[in-house]
Amino acid sequence: MNIPFAIRTYAPEILREALKRMYLIRRFEEGAEDSYMRGLIHGTMHLSIGQEASAMATCIELGDNDKITSTHRGHGHCIAKGADVGRMFAEFFGKETGYCHGRGGSMHIADVKTGNLGANGIVGGGLPIAVGAALSAKRLGRPDVTVCFFGDGANNEGAFHESLNMAAVWKLPVIFVCENNGYGMSTSTARSTAVKRIADRAAGYSMPGVTVDGNDFSAVAEAVHHAIARARAGEGPSLVENLTYRWRGHSKSDRNRYRTKEEIAEWMERDPIARFRAELIAHGVLDEAGANAIETQAQAYVEAGIEFAKASPAPGIGDVTRYVYAEAQG
Amino acid sequence: MNAMTDLRLMTYSEAIREAMAIALEADPTVILMGEDIGVYGGAFQVTLDLIDRFGPDRVMDTPISELGGAGVAVGAALTGLKPIFEFQFSDFAMLAMEQIVNQAAKLRYMLGGEASVPVVFRLPSGSGTGAAAQHSQSIEAWFGHVPGLKVLQPSTPEDAKGMLLAALADPDPVMIFEHKLLYKMKGEVPAGHYLTPIGKAAIRREGTDVTIVAGSIMVHRALEAAEKLAAEGISAEVIDLRSIRPIDHATILASVKKTGRLMVVYEGVKAFGVGAEISAMVSESEAFDFLDAPILRLGAADAPVPYNPDLERAAVPQVDTIEAAARRLARREV
Ligand SMILES: Cc1ncc(C[n+]2csc(CCOP(=O)(O)OP(=O)(O)O)c2C)c(N)n1
Ligand SMILES: [Mg+2]
Repeated sequence: MNIPFAIRTYAPEILREALKRMYLIRRFEEGAEDSYMRGLIHGTMHLSIGQEASAMATCIELGDNDKITSTHRGHGHCIAKGADVGRMFAEFFGKETGYCHGRGGSMHIADVKTGNLGANGIVGGGLPIAVGAALSAKRLGRPDVTVCFFGDGANNEGAFHESLNMAAVWKLPVIFVCENNGYGMSTSTARSTAVKRIADRAAGYSMPGVTVDGNDFSAVAEAVHHAIARARAGEGPSLVENLTYRWRGHSKSDRNRYRTKEEIAEWMERDPIARFRAELIAHGVLDEAGANAIETQAQAYVEAGIEFAKASPAPGIGDVTRYVYAEAQG
Repeated sequence: MNAMTDLRLMTYSEAIREAMAIALEADPTVILMGEDIGVYGGAFQVTLDLIDRFGPDRVMDTPISELGGAGVAVGAALTGLKPIFEFQFSDFAMLAMEQIVNQAAKLRYMLGGEASVPVVFRLPSGSGTGAAAQHSQSIEAWFGHVPGLKVLQPSTPEDAKGMLLAALADPDPVMIFEHKLLYKMKGEVPAGHYLTPIGKAAIRREGTDVTIVAGSIMVHRALEAAEKLAAEGISAEVIDLRSIRPIDHATILASVKKTGRLMVVYEGVKAFGVGAEISAMVSESEAFDFLDAPILRLGAADAPVPYNPDLERAAVPQVDTIEAAARRLARREV
């Protein structure tokens, strides 16, 4: 039997943790959606259900010193990078205990301590910032790499092109990970993007570009693994394109008028979590009972996280201008 | 220590260069970034020769990518470096508004104080070089509207150096609008490391009849006008604003209470500019009752900066227009 890359490469406990975090992402998103319906979360949200393998497999080799920049669809990245779901819910509920003390919400969720420099409300906003983080690593002689998540929509922003060019010119340790879920809001890549494969754009910046099945954990992990190795060896940036799909609408305002029910159903058949779970079971990393236990555990974390968020204090109204500038020392 | 021996006569651009050299020498996390700032020395030669002393890794030429370049500086600042990013002309900051306004200015706040962006943007600005509408603007007031930024305008070589060093010592993003016509101006500059306080205006000339608040090159024009007015017995107080954000309310209000007359002179377009902010601030304050005349604003004409030299001169406040306006104000002819 052909042993998939991830199974060959990572220790069983790492793989089980990855599955747990994928369930955590799924349950977190469902919990966030439910909390939104109940009025506990306001504003808007972009759910990443269906894209869990892309987030988790990309982050599996990253340590806390490695950085990521994330997107408006960033909950999964944050969890994959190691964030605590309780503090994430607290942020979404606008609480002082949240990662951003209630000032950021879903679209700016970050966890600087685990290397997540933040989601971004601006499409393409994180691309140059990721290159800057990689420049810091190179100049300061640190071994860390930066992963830059962005969507297919972002690949048509000028920031994408400027960033890839600079990263390549300066040979910086950054991995550009395009989560191509087929649409930027309602606009399909066919209607927005002149190349068929976004990874083909890498050639324009003299870096390797590969397109993989973003719902296949091993395929993503393998592509990113090679890109990280190249970055750590000082050979410069890479572009990895993960083909995936978001099951939910773009945001809370989406009425799904640009795609068919059949298309959605077809992609739901390719559930990245079910696939990874089956793979782990097939290769003896865990059994059915073990997988169920992991799933139950993820659910429990999410429930506890929501309770933590509910019980947390809100920021004081008088603190509305706090954190605009650094607080005066001493 | 004898302060006199520590003062050297040097130009505004030499003072800025000295500040950068001191910072590069003292702090390995400081880097310079910008278009043609290496062997070329920058469009205005401000970074001249620094690449020879500090090498291309610390004095980095960027591609002509203002948005991306500014964003790289923001990302680097977020993760341990202290970049000084030079826009070749302040006009080109418009290509980088996203990274300056949406990212640099807001990251600390959006992340609830968990992140810091100690980046410095240097922006050669202003008219008077015949470079016309896209290379002559004074857009500093735009950034005064953005919480999270600090916005400075040095008018002297001493301040140009001290403000840059203060900006580097500041944990938040700072934009320094340097005036192109001041680069060659000479003045006394203290040696070594010192900080010009951010947010503190300077009274450049004391007076009793009218307060003129000005920034950057307008300070010099206001001082020249004040000198002429003195011959007629009109005593003008000239305040160098120095910092647009934060703005030094206290110094302005104290002066207005003394003189009862206020005029604001700036090179940006008059409407919605620094003058509007200061005028409103005074109107909302206890100094309002001390006013003996309406507040006057002198800013640029409601037009892009023109090419023709006479038109260009006419488009922004000059010594004679400042003098005439101050005279009318002092005589209560407004
Ligand atoms: C600069 C900018 N333009 C437009 C938007 C509005 N917007 C938010 S997400 C989005 C679609 C982005 O598509 P993509 O990059 O593919 O990410 P996805 O939502 O598919 O994850 C748009 C148009 C924005 N936030 N920022
Ligand atoms: Mg998309």
